Amino acid sequence: METKQIQETINMVEEEHLDIRTVTMGISLLDTVAGDPQQTAKNIYIKVTTYAKDLIKVAEQIEREYGIPITNKRISVTPIALIAGHATPDDMLYYAHALDDAAKAVGVDFIGGYSALVQKGFANGDLALIKSLPRALTETDLVMSSVNIGSTKAGINLDAIKLMGETVKGISEKSDTANAKLVIFANAVEDNPFMAGAFHGVSEADVVINVGVSGPGVVKRALEKVKGESIQVVAETVKKTAFKITRVGQMVGALAAERLGVEFGIVDLSLAPTPARGDSVAEVLEEIGLEQVGTHGTTAALMLLNDAVKKGGVMASQRVGGLSGAFIPVSEDAGMIDAAKAGTLTLSKLEAMTAVCSVGLDMIAIPGDTSATTISAMIADEAAIGVQNNKTTAVRILPTLGTKVGDMVDYGGLLGTAPVMPVVEKSSADFINRGGHIPAPIHSFKN
Amino acid sequence: MSKAVVTVVGKDKPGIIAGVANTLADHNINILDVSQTIMGDIFTMSMLINLEELEGQFNVLQDDLNKLGTNLGVTIHTQREEIFDAMSRV
Repeated sequence: METKQIQETINMVEEEHLDIRTVTMGISLLDTVAGDPQQTAKNIYIKVTTYAKDLIKVAEQIEREYGIPITNKRISVTPIALIAGHATPDDMLYYAHALDDAAKAVGVDFIGGYSALVQKGFANGDLALIKSLPRALTETDLVMSSVNIGSTKAGINLDAIKLMGETVKGISEKSDTANAKLVIFANAVEDNPFMAGAFHGVSEADVVINVGVSGPGVVKRALEKVKGESIQVVAETVKKTAFKITRVGQMVGALAAERLGVEFGIVDLSLAPTPARGDSVAEVLEEIGLEQVGTHGTTAALMLLNDAVKKGGVMASQRVGGLSGAFIPVSEDAGMIDAAKAGTLTLSKLEAMTAVCSVGLDMIAIPGDTSATTISAMIADEAAIGVQNNKTTAVRILPTLGTKVGDMVDYGGLLGTAPVMPVVEKSSADFINRGGHIPAPIHSFKN
Repeated sequence: MSKAVVTVVGKDKPGIIAGVANTLADHNINILDVSQTIMGDIFTMSMLINLEELEGQFNVLQDDLNKLGTNLGVTIHTQREEIFDAMSRV
């Protein structure tokens, strides 16, 4: 073994913030359904706490033995709307609290899966879950929620989009930060280990371990060494670096699954930032040659980065899945925050960037008086990008009461800080209020 | 064979190698390979050690080496070998 390689590995962790972003245990709740919501909630608590009881211990031991920090330990579960078919919105709170209590009992950072899939239409449980969200997300601490409102196969549920705009607004009236725990998807994936959108899909095994890796700092440092060289060299460098990062994720995931005696699911090949300086996707884009993220060329640079991350990572892991790519949340990324504050990064540029990256409009603060239909229209635009382009897109947007453009909002910890960004003030209400369903695109008829 | 890599980085002074070697000997650990150099006035050393005789005492060994590092004013990392292989070998 070469000393140089040893030193490189240690530097990546110590100085360049290489980490395993998350080890997420996915747990199926399909076998917890009982006739009565309170009994089902009890069964959920028992199943989650039984399977995840050693998750923290095992993850911490791996951190120690291999010297790789695991930033978050999480649980994802079967979308609750699926197992709570005949619940009322009030009943739903039993489920939310059971999840919260179970997450606290085993010591994980978050539990995801307070979710509904309504791309084609609502079932009773879906509506009950959505109506319960303002209370569920403000009465619990660790419960994360997602609602899938569109897919390439099913088209876009505009009724659901209207409802989610109102829901986001309703949540913001109860809490400044609870909307950070809700993401609205198109083409949601079933094995995503990242919050707030993680849930355990129905096609998954009973219990699995999924892993999300991260390391924008490592990629940035590698790119610093190829300053001035041609763009192929940049792509090649990102690829090689992503390979190394992903190998660590593969190793940690396989180990964790083995020690916990459950199946190993996927590695999500990602670059996800944290609010710490030197751990920013924006800084990687700037290293490629942009004066500040958000300027012309940003979308192209992001496309290259996202693609190279996937190409490098795909060979390094046995099973790839999740969202895989670069994340561009505003509040969680020091470089994005700077660019948004300076006005270089706007909502419309962010929207364009989501056409070529992993997720979507993520962790963006908007003025508190933004109307519900405007929020719905933002969700509709993102869904359209995802549905038409066969990719996942999402919206996690944070209206905060009493704030106006330029104010800073603090969400605490990994969720970071965001400047309130301007939205276009012309109304989209007549469009959203039409309701109904946007048909699936022509290429959905592939069989 | 179960192996780990011990790396030591810090300001050079007498007794660093002796200290690390003694701590390892106390745990009945065999040193398989050592590479040591001084860069400027910074002491750096990587050691490959055999963990076969350790019998689940990894955390105790790591704590002892960390304590030693604090006393000597150097940083000591103790990591299982697979992490370096994972990252550097296809």
